[in-house]
Amino acid sequence: MALRQCAIYGKGGIGKSTTTQNLVAGLAELGKKVMIVGCDPKADSTRLILHAKAQNSIMQMAADAGSVEDLELEDVLKTGYGEIKCVESGGPEPGVGCAGRGVITAINFLEEEGAYDEDLDFVFYDVLGDVVCGGFAMPIRENKAQEIYIVCSGEMMAMYAANNIAKGIVKYANSGGVRLAGLICNSRNTAREDELIMELARRLGTQMIHFVPRDNVVQRAEIRRMTVIEYEPSAQQADEYRSLAQKIIDNKNMVIPTPITMDELEDLLMEFGIMEEVDESIVGKTAVVEATA
Amino acid sequence: MPAMTREETEALIQEVLEVYPEKAKNDRAKHLAVNDQSLEKANKCITSNRKSLPGVMTIRGCAYAGSKGVVWGPIKDMIHISHGPVGCGQYSRAGRRNYYVGTTGVNTFGTMNFTSDFQEKDIVFGGDKKLAKLIDEIEVLFPLNKGISIQSECPIGLIGDDIEAVAKMKKKEHGKTVVPVRCEGFRGVSQSLGHHIANDAIRDWVLENRDGDDNFPTTPYDVAVIGDYNIGGDAWASRTLLEEMGLRVVAQWSGDGTIAEIEKTPKVKLNLIHCYRSMNYIARHMEEKYSIPWIEYNFFGPTKIAESLRRIASHFDDTIKEGAERVIERYKAEYEAVIAKYRPRLEGKRVMLYVGGLRPRHVIGAYEDLGMEVVGTGYEFAHNDDYDRTIKEMGNATLLYDDVTGYEFEEFVKKVQPDLIGSGIKEKYIFQKMGIPFRQMHSWDYSGPYHGFDGFAIFARDMDMTLNNPCWKNIKSPWKKETASEPVKAAA
Repeated sequence: MALRQCAIYGKGGIGKSTTTQNLVAGLAELGKKVMIVGCDPKADSTRLILHAKAQNSIMQMAADAGSVEDLELEDVLKTGYGEIKCVESGGPEPGVGCAGRGVITAINFLEEEGAYDEDLDFVFYDVLGDVVCGGFAMPIRENKAQEIYIVCSGEMMAMYAANNIAKGIVKYANSGGVRLAGLICNSRNTAREDELIMELARRLGTQMIHFVPRDNVVQRAEIRRMTVIEYEPSAQQADEYRSLAQKIIDNKNMVIPTPITMDELEDLLMEFGIMEEVDESIVGKTAVVEATA
Repeated sequence: MPAMTREETEALIQEVLEVYPEKAKNDRAKHLAVNDQSLEKANKCITSNRKSLPGVMTIRGCAYAGSKGVVWGPIKDMIHISHGPVGCGQYSRAGRRNYYVGTTGVNTFGTMNFTSDFQEKDIVFGGDKKLAKLIDEIEVLFPLNKGISIQSECPIGLIGDDIEAVAKMKKKEHGKTVVPVRCEGFRGVSQSLGHHIANDAIRDWVLENRDGDDNFPTTPYDVAVIGDYNIGGDAWASRTLLEEMGLRVVAQWSGDGTIAEIEKTPKVKLNLIHCYRSMNYIARHMEEKYSIPWIEYNFFGPTKIAESLRRIASHFDDTIKEGAERVIERYKAEYEAVIAKYRPRLEGKRVMLYVGGLRPRHVIGAYEDLGMEVVGTGYEFAHNDDYDRTIKEMGNATLLYDDVTGYEFEEFVKKVQPDLIGSGIKEKYIFQKMGIPFRQMHSWDYSGPYHGFDGFAIFARDMDMTLNNPCWKNIKSPWKKETASEPVKAAA
């Protein structure tokens, strides 16, 4: 089986890292060889696999050693649950430097050092919330991730973000082979959430590949720095992740997305009662003005 | 070749524009003009200070070049850190020939390159800690420095390094002036914005250091020379004239200059501006804040020097006015001898210029003193006020070209057929290979000074030895000569 490279995007705090690690654990359980590349300066994309607080990142170790050239692959590549290989790009603390450049440097290092070995079935890039600059688009450029999964929920901002990410994918889809492979709904228990995300997926030209229900076992596992699959293999939630993993293995639905306009998205949200119809007559009116009107 | 008429010059511009695609043609047309002395404002005929078109081989530099290379770099007792990757500092090191007196590496640092030498990790994690360390190391290794400036290269603006915070912290720790300069190369359309940013940094971080301090004894004859970068010793050749007429030169900005001189400048009576383009901002500021008047002057060629000395003197009492006359008289025999020697050899020769700053207009008078005519001129990074000042200096129907492209310059030269071209190092070899005498007018072709009466003698000699060099007669390959007598024998 050829190596498949997948990138996970989605609004900050939506549960990308948790979902990625759980589904990767599911893939490992099915005998797949997987590597996770954390592309977030917070370096928390591999902790559930490694049972670690935060893995030593490529950029931090490069800074300590002097330069990236001074590093060896085995310094930065750790193996955890299910023989999953883990690496974190790392980056600066908030407010200084350039995190995007950190991602670029780290991924170039992995390529040059041969981290993408032939035995691997999957590489998952767990990318921070928004594609704020070119650095965070690095995982979806030429010869990197070919399929993208967007984690979202039925909340308004999560859907805004999903649509924006779809716009970014279009840009790179036209110049390279990257495709949108589906939305993963990480449920927040909002009303008609599954229908809403299925409809959003349809508008974007893709699918809702799986609906992951909300379950406290995820948090209980997370406190122990474990995935659900490892912590409580018999849990209902573990099966959900296994199911997601299987769907990803079988997934053939790769598309260039058709992002929708802001107006269309707002109409959709109104249709599902997430957003109230905007009364144009009150826009820009202060409380004082309204009171005197 | 006789002078071109207005119609001929206009036709030439049209012909040269012809090869451009429509959009580029419309854009470039605004930057090319036929001079008309009757115009008061240049914006009637030429557009300047606009973004260059991609692909036209512009000769412009960047904001970092304007700040570090032009304004700050020559301040000799400060250390100027090129903050960012190594190249910007290294490839601009000591190239401008800003002469200075001092022991390099001990109390002066003009020709050295100090850089934070950015690596990947500095981009990713920020370079502020490295910068702080670098400043500490400078204090240990070069304790006689009088201050530090931080010249930002492009990445500093991209990653948002807080160089202001580092500057403030280190100023407090070491008790010396530390100036952060936000002159990232991608800002603005040319080096011109770098001059402005550098001027603003001087205003904000240096100029007011001695506000309220009256310990410096002043005289009624205190002046500052602003915008002379002492290329090949220019400022020295200028300063002597001012001193001989009775003025006291308190500060030189910034050729052979010191931070102490800059700090004292707000105490002077008159600011004398040579390079208006790069230093007018600070002159205007001092006029506003300290009520110091400023005037422009021109020390190229005896006519302009005499005019300038009298104009400067007009701001002072009779002692200085008499002093100006005395100076002009004293050097008269000297410069008349120069003219007598070189004018017959240069009379009627036609010159095309393309340089930066003040030179495209300021050197015209010096050529005219030698009987030569400037038939085309243009600026790399001028604004409209520079062209306002150029219109009256150039003859009617001569060519003006702003931010000229490689192609345009070559075509103009082919048609106008000047006897001499004055431009930069990138142009030099192209025109020399076309068989046209050339002077590098940025750094005086490793010669100089050209300012002042002393400089004029060197200027005249240099133009003569270039123009009348016998090599130009031999530029054509022997086998291309029409008079070639014998056919080439086949190889045996």
